[in-house]
Amino acid sequence: MPSKKIFLSLSAVLVAASVAYAQDPISDRQKAMKMVGGAAKSASEMIKGEKPFDAAAALAAFQTMNDVSKDFVSYFPEGSETGGDTTASPKIWEDRAGFEAAVAKFETDTAEAIAAAPADLDAFKATFGKVAANCGVCHKAYRISKN
Amino acid sequence: MKRLLLALVANGLIGGAVFWFLTAPQKLDESMFAAIDGHEPDLGNGETLFWAGGCASCHAAPKVSGDAKKVLSGGLVLTTEFGDFAVPNISPSREHGLGNWSFEDFSNAMKKGVSPEGRHYYPAFPYASYAHMTIEDLSDLFAFLKQLPVSEEADKPSDIAFPFNVRRGLGLWKKLYLNDKSVISDAALGDDEQLLRGRYLVEGPGHCGECHTPRSLAGGMQRSNWLQGAPSPEGEGRIPGITNGPDNLESWSESDIAYMLETGFTPDFDSVGSSMADVAANYAFVPASDREAIAAYLKIIQP
Repeated sequence: MPSKKIFLSLSAVLVAASVAYAQDPISDRQKAMKMVGGAAKSASEMIKGEKPFDAAAALAAFQTMNDVSKDFVSYFPEGSETGGDTTASPKIWEDRAGFEAAVAKFETDTAEAIAAAPADLDAFKATFGKVAANCGVCHKAYRISKN
Repeated sequence: MKRLLLALVANGLIGGAVFWFLTAPQKLDESMFAAIDGHEPDLGNGETLFWAGGCASCHAAPKVSGDAKKVLSGGLVLTTEFGDFAVPNISPSREHGLGNWSFEDFSNAMKKGVSPEGRHYYPAFPYASYAHMTIEDLSDLFAFLKQLPVSEEADKPSDIAFPFNVRRGLGLWKKLYLNDKSVISDAALGDDEQLLRGRYLVEGPGHCGECHTPRSLAGGMQRSNWLQGAPSPEGEGRIPGITNGPDNLESWSESDIAYMLETGFTPDFDSVGSSMADVAANYAFVPASDREAIAAYLKIIQP
């Protein structure tokens, strides 16, 4: 049964790959933040008037952010303080409760933004402003500058 | 032997006298204040300068947001290689803040780094930048600060290492690094109103160079490396260069820079961190034309 064998070994490779993937939290959190950045970009294009307001796209942006917020703290396990080009601040591990509260607030604010479902550009501006304030507040406390 | 000892003592005395003379705190010339005779303080402009100058980033209580940023109770501790600087209360409290200050006191603090009692301030307070501010703007800012809420929070003591704890030595530092001469010359800017405004905001109230310009061993901004980026003054990480160079802002348009100052978002929708997050939060309250002026100025700075 060569095909079964191939399937099994392929699965093994996939499992190994996903384990390796899960063991690189720095890469995971950077990908997660890039997704949030992409959502912020789509929101900002509408706010700046580069693209017309689209209620579905607005909702999708908040949904992406909310999805990311749910697993976000798990990407900062003990032992991932340094490495790669991480810009995570040591304060994430020194003040774990504060960090988790900041992420929880992001989750709450994005959930509220989804529930509010802004129907026009002015409503969207206000809702997005509230959500985006989380970026700076959290980055100020828990991110270091590095270039 | 006795003669040697005498010579040493004499040298010591002369050296001490010279040091004392060179390091005396200098105040502004009285004639400076003639410029605001009859000047009616403009609170709107005062508020713009309050945000542009980032007063709240250091002087509000740590971690506050919203209207609480206008309560300038102090309390933040700046941890640097020179020591730990406790930021003072500058709310209008008569006992703990600047409630009893005259406008001359305020101007001497901002432009000369000298306290009302005539002592040197440490340059953790960025007076080497604020020295570029006009006396009219200081008058507007002072009027704005005077009407903010009072906090009765007492100042915490600073903990500064020898020899930097000898305050008088700052007189020498000021001889080297404190003046109101522009970094980028008038000739480089032509008569461009927007560039002149940008220079004023960046070199003066915005005090961008304090973090983005590398410092000499004695802790002064190296004007020859203006805005080239530097180690973080608070230890962690590195402050990026913001010249028009390849690794700096070359790929940013002026509107990218202005948008980052307003929202904290970079062109690839990263959101700026550490103390720049505060700067962006503050500059959201500054007129768009000022953010654009800063962007225009930064785009002409060569690496």
